[in-house]
Amino acid sequence: MNDKMSQLYQQVLLDHNKTPRNYRALEPADQESLGHNPLCGDKLKVFVNIDEKNIITDVTFLGDGCAISKASASMMTTIVKGRHVDEIETLFQQFQDMTQGRMDPETEPNDLGRLKVFAGVRNLPARVKCATLSWHTLNAALKGREKVSTE
Amino acid sequence: MSNAASIPKHNDVTVDIERCRDDFPVLKREVHGKPLAFLDNAASSQMPVQVMEAYTDYHSRYHANVHRGVHLLSQEATGAMEAARESIRELINARSAREVIFTSGATDAVNLVMQTYGRSQIGEGDEIIISTMEHHSNIVPWRMLCDEKNAVLKVIPIGDDGVLDMDAYASMFSDRTRLVGIVHVSNTLGTINPVKEITRIAHDHDVPVLVDGAQAVSHLQVDVQEIGCDFFATSGHKMYGPTGIGILYGREEMLSGLPPYRGGGDMILSVSFDEVLYSDLPYKFEAGTPNISGAIGMGRAADYIRSVGYDAIHRKEQELLDYATRELSAIEGLRIVGTAPQKSAVISFVMDGIHPHDIGTILDLEGVAVRTGHHCTQPLMERMGVVATTRASMAMYNRKEEIDQLVAALHKTVELFR
Repeated sequence: MNDKMSQLYQQVLLDHNKTPRNYRALEPADQESLGHNPLCGDKLKVFVNIDEKNIITDVTFLGDGCAISKASASMMTTIVKGRHVDEIETLFQQFQDMTQGRMDPETEPNDLGRLKVFAGVRNLPARVKCATLSWHTLNAALKGREKVSTE
Repeated sequence: MSNAASIPKHNDVTVDIERCRDDFPVLKREVHGKPLAFLDNAASSQMPVQVMEAYTDYHSRYHANVHRGVHLLSQEATGAMEAARESIRELINARSAREVIFTSGATDAVNLVMQTYGRSQIGEGDEIIISTMEHHSNIVPWRMLCDEKNAVLKVIPIGDDGVLDMDAYASMFSDRTRLVGIVHVSNTLGTINPVKEITRIAHDHDVPVLVDGAQAVSHLQVDVQEIGCDFFATSGHKMYGPTGIGILYGREEMLSGLPPYRGGGDMILSVSFDEVLYSDLPYKFEAGTPNISGAIGMGRAADYIRSVGYDAIHRKEQELLDYATRELSAIEGLRIVGTAPQKSAVISFVMDGIHPHDIGTILDLEGVAVRTGHHCTQPLMERMGVVATTRASMAMYNRKEEIDQLVAALHKTVELFR
């Protein structure tokens, strides 16, 4: 297997694809949002519960997509749970900077932790939207928008 | 206008299909450290040096505007563009070059028919027939027209194998049917539709037919007179020519009766603030300075196809299709979507538990270029019960070794996702 392939499809990513975490609806949910990538047809719904201190108490998702979008959504749900809403914006910005090649997570300060597994996407611009769709959708849910599109 | 003396001579040398690969420089490149196997020809085919030379020749020797200059360069440019029109006429066997209108592509050609024939002839309650396997470019303009005019879009069903239901089609006509719009070769399934029979049935009801031939011209002999269709749309970049250029063929009697499309430039005879007299065919539909180099390139691409010959092209592509179908079918968990008996060299497939985009990325890293997604045929995807597919589409220059490269990369994909 070549370097780019193993860097992109790391075992942890493949594992989240095969058994996505928090793959269910939240009923009722405080906020929910539908993310859509019209170019590939991927659709993803994110559900969020937030307490009075703006802490995310639960976050789940449903939807069809490629391994990268599914694993990204799965890992996102495990990482944002328990965090303050304000933190999410910073984390999303860093995630975007990493996947779009504007920031090297190995040399520059960041809070991405396990999300660094998605650094391989920066070599494949066509797949950046797959990695960021769930984050855009979460962001929209937190801002109270019902629908978001990557186009 | 053009005269014989100013028309540059085209290269009439016959091209041997076994050696034609050498005419396409891009096929020698590597991607991600692997030899390129270009199997995305249905999206855009590669360009031979002969087309590039025609293009650069225009820009380096006689770049000028057409149909307006008295100077030599303008006359040469006009001659070359009209020679290109003639070359394309010959390729599709239109009766006259007056029936060949340059557009920006097949999509633009369909839109031209919608804006002229559609808006003038189709009204409230009228019906337009298209098929389940249309590309978005032959759905969206008609949906737009139906919404504007309160007309009705009727859709010919297809079988699970991707073959049109001709009985259903024949029964769809009413006295309100105003147009049939049908794809010649499906970009997603590869199905070759019986456009001659489809046209015959429509004409029995006095209904005109538009054929979307974007996927046809580089693969099979198109004879618009034999098909009998009223309109035929195709693109340069899917037939070894440049992007941003295409043609609409229209039967002269049909085109003559239609209102103009866009206003300005070449489409006028005379203009005053009170009245505009429109030019004759084909210029009536060609407003503004056209894509001159694109037209010249497309004409040269038509010459190139003729120099190889459709017999050789068809034989080679069907061999590739048979081989690829056999090899891909043997991969565990792979299902081919679209198994019509009359098929162009296009194979769409899905694999158990692996999303097409992941397949596409892994193939890319192995040097294999394919298309993944809905291929701008979302209603067709829904009909076939899939969200997206991976599509390998072949052209005359492809080789069995590239199919082997595809198959090996698919085995790697299965291994990775197991």
